[in-house]
Amino acid sequence: MKYLCLVYLERSKWNAVGDRECANCGESLRESGKLLAAEPLFPVETATTVRVRHGRTVVTDGPFAETKEQLAGFYLIDAVDLNEAIQIASRIPPAREGSIEVRPVRELDTNEKVPA
Amino acid sequence: MPAAAIQDTVSAIYEAESRRVLATLIRLLGDFDAAEEALHEAFRAALEQWPRDGVPANPRPWLVSAGRFKAIDAKRRRSRFDALEDAPGGGDVAVVDEHAWADPESVEDDRLRLIFTCCHPALAPDAQVALTLREVCGLRTDEIAHAFLTPATTLAQRIVRAKGKIRDAKIPYQVPGAAELPQRLDAVLRVIYLVFNEGYSASGGDSVVRCDLSSEAVRLGRLVVDLLPEPEAQGLLALMLLHDSRRDARASADGELIVLEDQDRSRWNRASIDEGTALVRRALSSARFGPYTIQAAIAAVHADAPAPEATDWNEIVGLYGVLLSMSPSPIVELNRAVAIAMRDGPEPGLRLVDAILERGDLTEYGLAHAARADLCRRLGRNAEARVSYERALKFTRQAPERRFLTRRLADVERMLEEGRA
Repeated sequence: MKYLCLVYLERSKWNAVGDRECANCGESLRESGKLLAAEPLFPVETATTVRVRHGRTVVTDGPFAETKEQLAGFYLIDAVDLNEAIQIASRIPPAREGSIEVRPVRELDTNEKVPA
Repeated sequence: MPAAAIQDTVSAIYEAESRRVLATLIRLLGDFDAAEEALHEAFRAALEQWPRDGVPANPRPWLVSAGRFKAIDAKRRRSRFDALEDAPGGGDVAVVDEHAWADPESVEDDRLRLIFTCCHPALAPDAQVALTLREVCGLRTDEIAHAFLTPATTLAQRIVRAKGKIRDAKIPYQVPGAAELPQRLDAVLRVIYLVFNEGYSASGGDSVVRCDLSSEAVRLGRLVVDLLPEPEAQGLLALMLLHDSRRDARASADGELIVLEDQDRSRWNRASIDEGTALVRRALSSARFGPYTIQAAIAAVHADAPAPEATDWNEIVGLYGVLLSMSPSPIVELNRAVAIAMRDGPEPGLRLVDAILERGDLTEYGLAHAARADLCRRLGRNAEARVSYERALKFTRQAPERRFLTRRLADVERMLEEGRA
């Protein structure tokens, strides 16, 4: 079962955890065969939002949500169940500075009925 | 056996075994809803087959087996596409191996798995409580809704959402390992205590005790102690039994609240006190006890006193000190202050209560103002008592407690009038 662990940090804590420690965490997860992908992100000021409306692509700066914590990176992991996913998430270094949202990954249902 | 007698037998077996059967079916089928449907089908099959074939010597594995068979059958039929007519349903359940799921140890493990899954910290606290009462205790959704004064639709939604999360996020059906156990057991005990308190001092509404929920919590506490004899589980069961022992003495015939010192102690339930006290001793001797055990020990000291004057307040003050060092909280501090007032007189108690209130921790906690009011009243400081009773009323919702405070308020007002006259 795949889980996406989303790392959230307050802007003031963006650099609270060193890159070396994050790299080590990724490395040891990769060795255990639990890691599918992991990447850190630039802060939200660099974000661009894309929408397609009436066939037109609309591009805007942002989003700048009011929330204090912002998405700082992600780990896509392969765990037996939520308990293992929680265990792995608790070892991701920014967990002690910010928070990790653990979301189960679903399969696309390609057999779904098309609404008439 | 005549059909009516069979019906009674099946009802009795449902009462005694349905939760165990359900717990095992959830493990076998890996899905709460499928297991509930299978449980239902298994009992339907029993009502059909037992009058003809006789009641099996060991009904539980028969029911598990029947439920599993029906669930697999239903799944098979569903997976054939709409193009096919439903296969002719029914057919007798052939119980091939009556003993496959008869191993009592694995059945008890299933019950524990069910408890830990319902109380998983990844579920919202409200949902943990609702799911535990629904799946472990077998209460109906409308019964739970009624007990918690929640609309049934809200409660049903809570349960549906929790089951959806268990399925989609894959919360495992297992008893946590040794490393996680203490923390996870805390979550289970918290759910049980919450259910008990909701029954014992309903947060709103008209009666002092909603006994259904407190009995259900005691039953759950017993189940956990039987399955997992950890000291804090024993401590919590003891605490609930000792509080519950005062149930009949706590309210007058017309539903008015009677405080501890005014209760008729001969109406305390001796059997509950003895069982609770023995459990406290056992938990204390383990040296691995926690806050529930200490609270139970305090309740045991009260239970041990034949009259209010005989209460060992020194012991109680000491126990509150231990509790405070384990889990510091202003409410525990308040209780300790009240105990000190009982041991050393109202004045030193009042100084401590005032210090807590001045810190601003409990300014919206009705019982803090009620305690202050009571100490002022004892000191004859009636004007101050009146202000505090009024404040206590402002922050108290439960009707019998409000009536009690209103009576006390009227008393001090009368004394103030008399003083002026």
